[in-house]
Amino acid sequence: MNWLASIGHRGINVLRNLARALLLLLAILRAPQGLVTRFREFLAQLYSVGVLSLLIISVSGVFVGMVLGLQGYYILSRFAAESTLGVFIAASLVRELGPVVTALLFAGRAGSALTAEIGLMKATEQLSALEMMAVNPVSRLLVPRFFAGLVSVPLLAAMFNALGVLGGYFVGVGLMDVDAGTFWAQMQSQVDFNKDIINGVIKSVVFGVICTWIALFQGYEAVPTSEGISRATTRTVVHSSLAVLGMDFVLTALMFGD
Amino acid sequence: MANSRFSLLTEAAVGAMMLLGGIALFFLAMQVSNLGGFKRVSGYQVEARFDNIGGLKVRSPVTMAGVRIGEVSSIGFDATTYEAVVTLDLLPEFNQVPTDTFAKILTQGILGEQYIGLDPGGSEQYLQQDSEITMTQSAFVLEEIVGQFLFSKAEESATGGGF
Amino acid sequence: MSALVSIRNLHFSRGDRAIFNGVDLDIPRGKITAIMGPSGTGKTTLLKLIAGQLVPDQGEITVDGQRIDQLSTKELYALRTRMGMLFQSGALLTDLNVYENVAYPLREHTGLPESMIRKLVLMKLEAVGLRGARYLMPAELSGGMARRVAMARAIALDPMMILYDEPFTGQDPISMGVLVDLIRRLNDAAHLTSVMVSHDVPESMSIADYICVISGGKIIETGTPEQLSASNNPWTHQFIHAESDGPVPFHMGAPSKEVDFLGIDE
Repeated sequence: MNWLASIGHRGINVLRNLARALLLLLAILRAPQGLVTRFREFLAQLYSVGVLSLLIISVSGVFVGMVLGLQGYYILSRFAAESTLGVFIAASLVRELGPVVTALLFAGRAGSALTAEIGLMKATEQLSALEMMAVNPVSRLLVPRFFAGLVSVPLLAAMFNALGVLGGYFVGVGLMDVDAGTFWAQMQSQVDFNKDIINGVIKSVVFGVICTWIALFQGYEAVPTSEGISRATTRTVVHSSLAVLGMDFVLTALMFGD
Repeated sequence: MANSRFSLLTEAAVGAMMLLGGIALFFLAMQVSNLGGFKRVSGYQVEARFDNIGGLKVRSPVTMAGVRIGEVSSIGFDATTYEAVVTLDLLPEFNQVPTDTFAKILTQGILGEQYIGLDPGGSEQYLQQDSEITMTQSAFVLEEIVGQFLFSKAEESATGGGF
Repeated sequence: MSALVSIRNLHFSRGDRAIFNGVDLDIPRGKITAIMGPSGTGKTTLLKLIAGQLVPDQGEITVDGQRIDQLSTKELYALRTRMGMLFQSGALLTDLNVYENVAYPLREHTGLPESMIRKLVLMKLEAVGLRGARYLMPAELSGGMARRVAMARAIALDPMMILYDEPFTGQDPISMGVLVDLIRRLNDAAHLTSVMVSHDVPESMSIADYICVISGGKIIETGTPEQLSASNNPWTHQFIHAESDGPVPFHMGAPSKEVDFLGIDE
């Protein structure tokens, strides 16, 4: 009886949090004029959310591509199919690894920072102060950050993919002596612009929304103490990662299921 | 404003990120995917007729000695002869393909994509815009081959064995 | 003389804990009213209720003739442009410097040209004596300076009322003196109404026109500082004169000494 009640209690809490998160998203989407009136803030957020994530994304992209090149070569050369190495690298990057790994890195690098920032502003009464100055904190703080995340993640994912392909090219063609012409020609004939590239971009937009939304929600609802903020930051990373991986499955099934 | 220098730097950095992202997307579109893949620098078109093209598609590669020299630009159907009419788009630098070249529909590996392989003949005359390749070999359709094999086996045992 | 803020039969609770249990209070215009009481009695909560950041469970709060608990968000925001609030920490926006912090409400709510905003900001900073600190970031300010900047920001839109949340907590004697002086001067010069929540007795007694002592979710006594220091309500007496023992016992409820120290079972 007791454990049934505790399950029910948890379930109700989860639902309540989901509803609050949805309401926050609605409030953000209802005030997009904040983007125009606070364009500078939007730019500043693009900087701290996007530009500052460039390094980690680029380095990870190159190394993931290089690892794909090595592993792909080892496996494909057993079947004398090294010529499809380019396809193997590009397809896995563009369809899956690019959007997913970028989103996971983004959640760790930028999402946690967003949560901590908003949570700390709440703890230092800056959110209340804004409200008392008759400024809506959602449109002043959350809207520019949300759209900065939404714009940054697809750009970062595209860079991750491009650098990954180049990393794979370096290993496959440079170190393993796969023919450069075959590498590109096979890739180009097998990777479809609409099906692969566009779908990959759509995925990364969705992941960008999910990661930024979760980060802002956790910060906004954080318990305004040091412990509360540290918990909220952890939750941001955990929830974002799980949501991205789960959503990836759904999107993959919808996009590539034909 | 007092912090205009900082915001100029910020704006420049954001601009650089946008630019890099754009270049990356362009690279993905043109170099990685089929969008810009095979440059169409006004090659010349030749036609080939096949009884069966199997899984050949528009943009499938056309190769000679394993080197890609063009691609399939269109696939049509001739309703009077019941043949598939395939237009090949060959790159202009490969302009010395003999007229008696043999076109075969081949498969990459055992289960791979299908493509057209050209075996050069010995003619001194070369294919030009709108020439036709007359010697063709249709796609290798696994079911037909297996069917033929079983049929001939059955015939063999019917005539030879007799019990 | 009418009351700017009037509170009738206010009930408010957090979870199961009742914080206010039938509070009635009038805050007169143009005066400094101090709300005093020990820590944890919900003084800050009372300020947030007056500002409309919290909604009472029961009862009514009227600010300048408007029922604050029934306003729409838009009306509430319109009313708040006429209120300033000074938070305990100052609550300056940490990503903006002092000048931009004070300019912030002006930029948000007025379409004034930059030259006008500049004059106003420098005037407000001059009023708190920090015109020279305009390019500093909030992290570079001491606690007292941050509060003064926050005061400049609170008066940027020339409000009718300022709410002070524990303005003296954690200040050294000099900056305490500065703040006391500022609150009084701003109130008189700008014809403000000031509401101050505090537990610093001597400072509050020195500037407040009226003092209202709350404890246990109820108002214990209201009056001028003189009336309260002469009060013979034992609770008020203990609080005002900072006595360690009285109606609020020095000892928290515990088992009898015999049980704890002599090990005698009852």
